[in-house]
Amino acid sequence: MKAPKFNYVKAESRSHALQLLDELGEDGRIIAGGQSLMPTLNMRLSQPDTLIDINKIPDLGGITLDGNIVRIGALTRHVEVANSPVVAEHLPLIAEAMPHVAHHAVRNRGTIGGSVALADPAAEMPACVLALGGTMVVESVNGSREIAAEDYFHGLYETARETNELLVELRIPAKKTGDISVFMELAQRHGDYAMAGLACVARINGNAFEGLRLVYFGSEDKPTLASKAVSAVIGQAWSEECKEAATKALEDDLDPMANLQGSSAMKLHLQKVLTGRALDTAIERAEAA
Amino acid sequence: MNKESPAPILDRPNSYVGRTLSRDAAKRAVAGRGRYTDDINPARTLHAAFVRSPYGHAKILSVDVEEAKQQPGVALVMTGAELAEMCTGPWVGTLTCFDGMKSAPQYPMAVDRACWQGEPLVMVVASSRAAAEDAAEFVMIEYEELPVVIDKETALDPDTPAIHPDLGDNLAFEKTIETGDVDKAVAEADIVIEDTFTFGRHTAVSLEPRALLAEYDPGTERLTIHTSSQCPHMVQAVFARTLGLPEHNVRIVAPDVGGSFGLKIHTFGDEIATIAASVKLARPVKFIADRLESFATDIHARENRVRGRIAVTKDGKITSMDIDIRSGAGAYSQYPRTSVFEANQILNITGGPYAHENYRASTQVVYLNKVPTSQYRAVGHPIGNSVGESLVDQAAAACGIDPMEFRRRNVMHDDSYPRIGAAGIEMRDMSHQQCLETLVERMNYDALREEQEEFRKKGVQRGIGIAAFIKGTAPGPSGYYGAGGAPIATQDACTVKLEPAGGVICMVGVTDQGQGVDTVMGQITAATLGVPIESVRVIEGDTDAVPYGGGTYASRATAIGGEATYQAALKLRAEILEIAGVLLQAAPETLDIVEGHVVDKGDTVSRISLAEIGRIGHFQVFELPNHVQPTLSATHRFRLRDALYIFTNGIQGAYVEVDIDTGFLKLLNHWVVEDCGRVINPQLADEQVRGGCVQGLGGALYEECVYDAAGQLQNATLADYLTPMAGEMPDIEVAHIQTHTGVSELGAKGVGESGTGAAPAVVMNAVNDALRPFGGKISSQPMSPETILKALGKV
Repeated sequence: MKAPKFNYVKAESRSHALQLLDELGEDGRIIAGGQSLMPTLNMRLSQPDTLIDINKIPDLGGITLDGNIVRIGALTRHVEVANSPVVAEHLPLIAEAMPHVAHHAVRNRGTIGGSVALADPAAEMPACVLALGGTMVVESVNGSREIAAEDYFHGLYETARETNELLVELRIPAKKTGDISVFMELAQRHGDYAMAGLACVARINGNAFEGLRLVYFGSEDKPTLASKAVSAVIGQAWSEECKEAATKALEDDLDPMANLQGSSAMKLHLQKVLTGRALDTAIERAEAA
Repeated sequence: MNKESPAPILDRPNSYVGRTLSRDAAKRAVAGRGRYTDDINPARTLHAAFVRSPYGHAKILSVDVEEAKQQPGVALVMTGAELAEMCTGPWVGTLTCFDGMKSAPQYPMAVDRACWQGEPLVMVVASSRAAAEDAAEFVMIEYEELPVVIDKETALDPDTPAIHPDLGDNLAFEKTIETGDVDKAVAEADIVIEDTFTFGRHTAVSLEPRALLAEYDPGTERLTIHTSSQCPHMVQAVFARTLGLPEHNVRIVAPDVGGSFGLKIHTFGDEIATIAASVKLARPVKFIADRLESFATDIHARENRVRGRIAVTKDGKITSMDIDIRSGAGAYSQYPRTSVFEANQILNITGGPYAHENYRASTQVVYLNKVPTSQYRAVGHPIGNSVGESLVDQAAAACGIDPMEFRRRNVMHDDSYPRIGAAGIEMRDMSHQQCLETLVERMNYDALREEQEEFRKKGVQRGIGIAAFIKGTAPGPSGYYGAGGAPIATQDACTVKLEPAGGVICMVGVTDQGQGVDTVMGQITAATLGVPIESVRVIEGDTDAVPYGGGTYASRATAIGGEATYQAALKLRAEILEIAGVLLQAAPETLDIVEGHVVDKGDTVSRISLAEIGRIGHFQVFELPNHVQPTLSATHRFRLRDALYIFTNGIQGAYVEVDIDTGFLKLLNHWVVEDCGRVINPQLADEQVRGGCVQGLGGALYEECVYDAAGQLQNATLADYLTPMAGEMPDIEVAHIQTHTGVSELGAKGVGESGTGAAPAVVMNAVNDALRPFGGKISSQPMSPETILKALGKV
């Protein structure tokens, strides 16, 4: 379980990294926190020609509030996100999700950009970014572009980022007054990849959902927005019947992939359970607010 | 408790025996100063990596190693056929005590056919492990895939191919025992319950993987092997015999061992290959299994299906039990300990706590194209206890009797020993009743039942589980290994020496893997000799130093090695007192040893120190009369005489909460009351029980080696094979009842596996207690959320 030989280049700056990415194309691989890449290297599941280490690039991390957008540099470690007062205040969904991201040791080293760039379908951050309607900023030698989360996640470990592009920043709309968010996931052991999970952002008026985004992870090939379940809920007074309608509609939104943790049917069942619980919780939180 | 102790010296006030002392080795380990096999790096060490079968079953058509040999840093590439030529012959993993057992000849690396995914085929030895792995990618092997046998249920069907055609079929072993008349008991019973239980494959997952460093010195023809082993003398015999080397020229050293759990009582083909490479190259060669290799080559265990039946009277008396076991072994029976102990132990212990006299058990062990199976902590007990205790719970429910009360009515009485258990094995010095009543008290059982009801009213589903158990510990020579013909010692020995400066060296055949065996032996020595614990140094894990012994397995270290140590220390003590008597002109029986000084009995004033006796005994021997020739060294060997095992007993309780919507479990509390006889070090005994429970809970909830239909192991990483972690584990409250065993003077029985043996049973019973109002029932492990949801009809 030793990595095969590879070349290693420490990128000194953003432009250096972009230049390397452009030159190396498919042969180059970015390493940030290394929490997912290193095991695959050691198991020889991936054999990149050159690792481009972006850890020392100075202006790729940090969390700032810019108007009503929270900007999170791609190299920001999970632990910094978890401890950030800006995130706690303006992105409570992410703050709630953070303790579920693996364990302390992984959070100390792993980065939010790495998580979003890898697009593991069971990871928390892609789901949160999508639920919050965030935007990914990617750069290449040809310039930068912004990609909405809806357009960013294409499938299993597939994203809209081109091989010569570096994910540099996440731009996520800050919580507006009255926004309610709920994050839930089910993992047999704390810190494991989720068997099923849900990131939910809602606007609630009295007992009814006025606006709602439900993003499921851990069951599909990518974080998945549910439209039919949302339609079944919007504008209705929240009730057991409404919950039943929403979970029924979820069958048309999701098509879970079976894995070692469970069958497709079980994952759908769990996502339904989480839907009911998350929406109950959202109503409770709205009442408490 | 014993009325009159046969070892009064250990019962003195402030005795080191019965006292919690921390382990020296723990301080080193937590400071990161442990010295494991991989920490030892002699000059010019080479590293081995292996090409392993990617198929569950395949014929090897050709092997081309030429390009691999040309790779940078490569010193040797060896094929299975080349290694076979260096061996005295293939292994055959049978023991004569298992009538009719058969196993195919097995070479350390496959020669012409690979029988499980992960079986070693070619070894590459190079300047670093990375270089060896790089070169291994250049080994070209042509395979022809053969049909795999994966399902134990169909392994004996006539149309299933035999993995080893010479054996005729895939049957490794079958056995049936019967006592009393089960059919009659069933026919006359008021209630008969039947169920079928299935158990997934597990593996040990020791934190330190298998590790071996072989250093052959062609000048002296001596071979020194550092290896992470529980049984240095056994592996000495196996390694030497397999490679045709004189046993006394092979030194085995087990340095710090980072967990073992039975895994490290075994020998593996890649280890033989590594040693052969060192002999061939006359250089140190190291092999450290990586995690992937650990999953794909360490012994597996626990894959069993058991049909069980219990017959009871309506007032709750068990009249019979019978079970039928289908046990899934791997492609070969593991040499030399075999792959049939597990099934045999299930047969020995199921329903073991109870007084019924009608019992039938049959088993068939079948070969599969999977990793070979063998002994793993609490061999067979988690299965036998889960089956027996689930049947008991179901019978209690059918009778409408509380499961604790049901057990109270059926356990063997504490005053009924010695007696023969239902499986025909002698039981003695046991305490089911006392353990049960202690558990009732510790759990606050009635109040807990009330609390459970209160929670139910609130829609929270909690379950209470009970599981009584017996555990075979410290096997004797009349049993399997001794009578079976294997080079595995069931006796163990200790040599205790008084050094010139008054220090004491205690050399034991039993070994430490982090559980504190060395600390325990030191406590016994210090207490028996009457010296401060600081003056005792324990040496273990080196065949050049310690007397021949079996090492640590089957919960035997304290029970067997402890008695040997106690008796050796008594002998040395007698010699010291005799010498002191001569020097002091006093009768030895009027003297005593306290805190390293010889004193008059009943007094604490030093008459002569042990350092003085050491000085005189080693240097100024002329101070003694000619007829006194000090040895200041004593050796004692101990073995069981007639007993098959020293059986221990106990009972566990569990309190769990089941989320009936998600199938997720929360373990709230766990209790163990067990009887390991005399407790030497309470904290170490407690932690053995706790660690054992956690290992059992891992198997009950998470762990399973999953194979697909082609014989590919699906989850050979720690991300996919889930082991228990502290966050999910309950507090585990431990209590000991100390009924000393009569087979030794020390009175200690085994303790290391008691947690593991019944933890799966008790948590399964607790889950089923929670599910009972919903009509759901679990009969398979691991109990994943999906298993629970299926039992509830939700998926």
